[in-house]
Amino acid sequence: MRNALGAVDSVLLLGGRSEIGLEMVRLLVGLGATRVVLAVRGELAPPADLAAEVHVLPFDALDVGSHAAVLDRAVELVGDLDVVISAFGVLGSQDDYDADPAAAAEAVAVNYGGHVSVDLHAARVLREQGHGTLVVLSSVAGARVRKANFVYGSAKAGLDGFAQGLGDALHGSGARVLIVRPGFVVGRMTKGLPPAPLSSTPRQVALAAVRALREGASSVWVPRALGPAFGLLRLLPRPLWRRLPR
Amino acid sequence: MSTFLTGWGRTSPSPAELRRPRSLAELRDLVLAAPGRGVVARGLGRSYGDAAQNAGGLVLDCTGLDTWSFDERTGVVTAAGGVSLHEVMTALVPRGWFVHVSPGTRHVTVGGAVAADVHGKNHHRDSSFGAHVRSLTLVTADGAARVLRPGEPLFRATVGGMGLTGVVAEATFGCVPVETSLMRVDVRRTADLDETLDVMARTDDRYRYTVAWIDLLARGRRMGRSVLTRGDHAPRDTEKPPPGFAPGGEDALAFAPRARLHAPPWAPDGLLNGLSVRAFNELWYRRAPRSATVTQGIAPFFHPLDFVEGWNRMYGSRGFVQYQFVVPFGAEETLRGIVGALSAHGTVSFLTVLKRFGPGSGGLLSFPVPGWTLALDIPAGQRGLSGLLRGFDERVAQAGGRVYLAKDARLRADMMAAMYPELERWRSIRDEADPEGLFRSDLSRRLRL
Repeated sequence: MRNALGAVDSVLLLGGRSEIGLEMVRLLVGLGATRVVLAVRGELAPPADLAAEVHVLPFDALDVGSHAAVLDRAVELVGDLDVVISAFGVLGSQDDYDADPAAAAEAVAVNYGGHVSVDLHAARVLREQGHGTLVVLSSVAGARVRKANFVYGSAKAGLDGFAQGLGDALHGSGARVLIVRPGFVVGRMTKGLPPAPLSSTPRQVALAAVRALREGASSVWVPRALGPAFGLLRLLPRPLWRRLPR
Repeated sequence: MSTFLTGWGRTSPSPAELRRPRSLAELRDLVLAAPGRGVVARGLGRSYGDAAQNAGGLVLDCTGLDTWSFDERTGVVTAAGGVSLHEVMTALVPRGWFVHVSPGTRHVTVGGAVAADVHGKNHHRDSSFGAHVRSLTLVTADGAARVLRPGEPLFRATVGGMGLTGVVAEATFGCVPVETSLMRVDVRRTADLDETLDVMARTDDRYRYTVAWIDLLARGRRMGRSVLTRGDHAPRDTEKPPPGFAPGGEDALAFAPRARLHAPPWAPDGLLNGLSVRAFNELWYRRAPRSATVTQGIAPFFHPLDFVEGWNRMYGSRGFVQYQFVVPFGAEETLRGIVGALSAHGTVSFLTVLKRFGPGSGGLLSFPVPGWTLALDIPAGQRGLSGLLRGFDERVAQAGGRVYLAKDARLRADMMAAMYPELERWRSIRDEADPEGLFRSDLSRRLRL
């Protein structure tokens, strides 16, 4: 249960290798969480620096038929889920997707379809238990899709819309959705790419997300300035938007 | 249709199906039909934290179980779990009786008083509510209404058991005779914490009721300065009664308290801040006489906050947490350390109360043990509060003390086990009475009871 001061006890991280996700888990453990489930594709040695009871579960975003079992197993392991972080995803490059549309479709299946499936299962669990927050890692890439990464961006746009709708659907159930919209994140996922303006580190994103979680916010931009910035950028005429270098 | 419920501190709301049984039969049917998320009883919602909430499950509003009777000759009350102490006192006092144990509000139910094993200003002499209960009727998970007597394992697990052994459907308890509805009270101001502890330790055996209000915002030399109130029920020959009151006359036992003020439905966040509380504390301290004997009514002495209906709303939208702990006698250094840390941190606590506990009631999860207890209420939005209180939890546990579950909304499960050495024994008795874990609350999940 989330306590009166916003601390939680149990966390499920979907995408157990996500840098942002793991940073969030570390912060939540530091604030009092004692039970962690890392759902991850393939093998993973639990991080040694987590002072909590840690379980690792196999999880494949594309194997949507197995998602119900992942959630049920997590509940079996730690009881009520106070926080579920939906953090998995692949970036890929637009050039590669142009060359291999099948790979593009698969990336969208992970970045959008995978979340839709597992998040709906998570929502079912949270609704039944009458409390808990689903944290969805969206991106500014979906706030207005750019030609430089429109496959990834369109999946995030879909995910962001899905998460907003899900948050509204859960209203009144005691369960909530928190949408996290980072800008360019300097980390493993973006290795080799030149950083964009208003970029941040996984730790900064995690700090902002955990603060929003404790405050009970429904969305957070990281950094905050991206919110108003995209409010304006959305109004930019398309001939100009098209000319953005990246 | 689910309803969002919170405790008196108005933090952590959670939805539950709320049902209100009107009879023992209805209560038993509802318990038997409880959903997978379990069931817990709720009274008047005066527990500060999440004890009477059950996210996604069933909560039984027991205030419909409201029958009670009273033997005027012996002063023994038999009351259904949903009867409020307000109702009992309002009827009893004019007949010359008072409850053995009254908490800081009259607006608690008999069932809640048993489940939280509530205490009052007389704990050092008279122990807690459970110590005066002669028998209980508990509706357990199998739907049976079991009659329990003091000393029986399930009785000891139920007194202070936070409603997790079943629903307290009825309790029989003794009362204390009084000659008037007045209190004779010695008020005394102390200059610092040492004087407060010293005077309390030396004099509280002379009074049935004692308590100290501490100005937590006073620092340095004045840290821990307090206003002590120590009182007894006034006899009929009381001198200096308050105006309009004739203790020797026919209305010596008059008692008809009600709320005089209503808190507004909404208060701005941060109304109770460092500045306003400091000003209040200064005023409250200065207003108290250095040393004097006064006469006052039962309600202002025991239940000053009941004069303001809905005072908990004054803390704004984020609500507040109560932190009450007890450390055994001999652990005064821990108490001093915590008061010092609170004072240094500038913790805004509107009502900080210190008192001495005597022997416990035998309830396995009952809070009071002999020692010093300090209670504070703090706005939930205050910076650094979580870490500060977690540090206190550890100091308290190390000193062999514990925090009060009826007030708690933030303790961690590992600390719970360290603070309540009888927890395992309590669990085995509970598991026998409720093998499926039907009785559950947000508190029981949070603390993994």
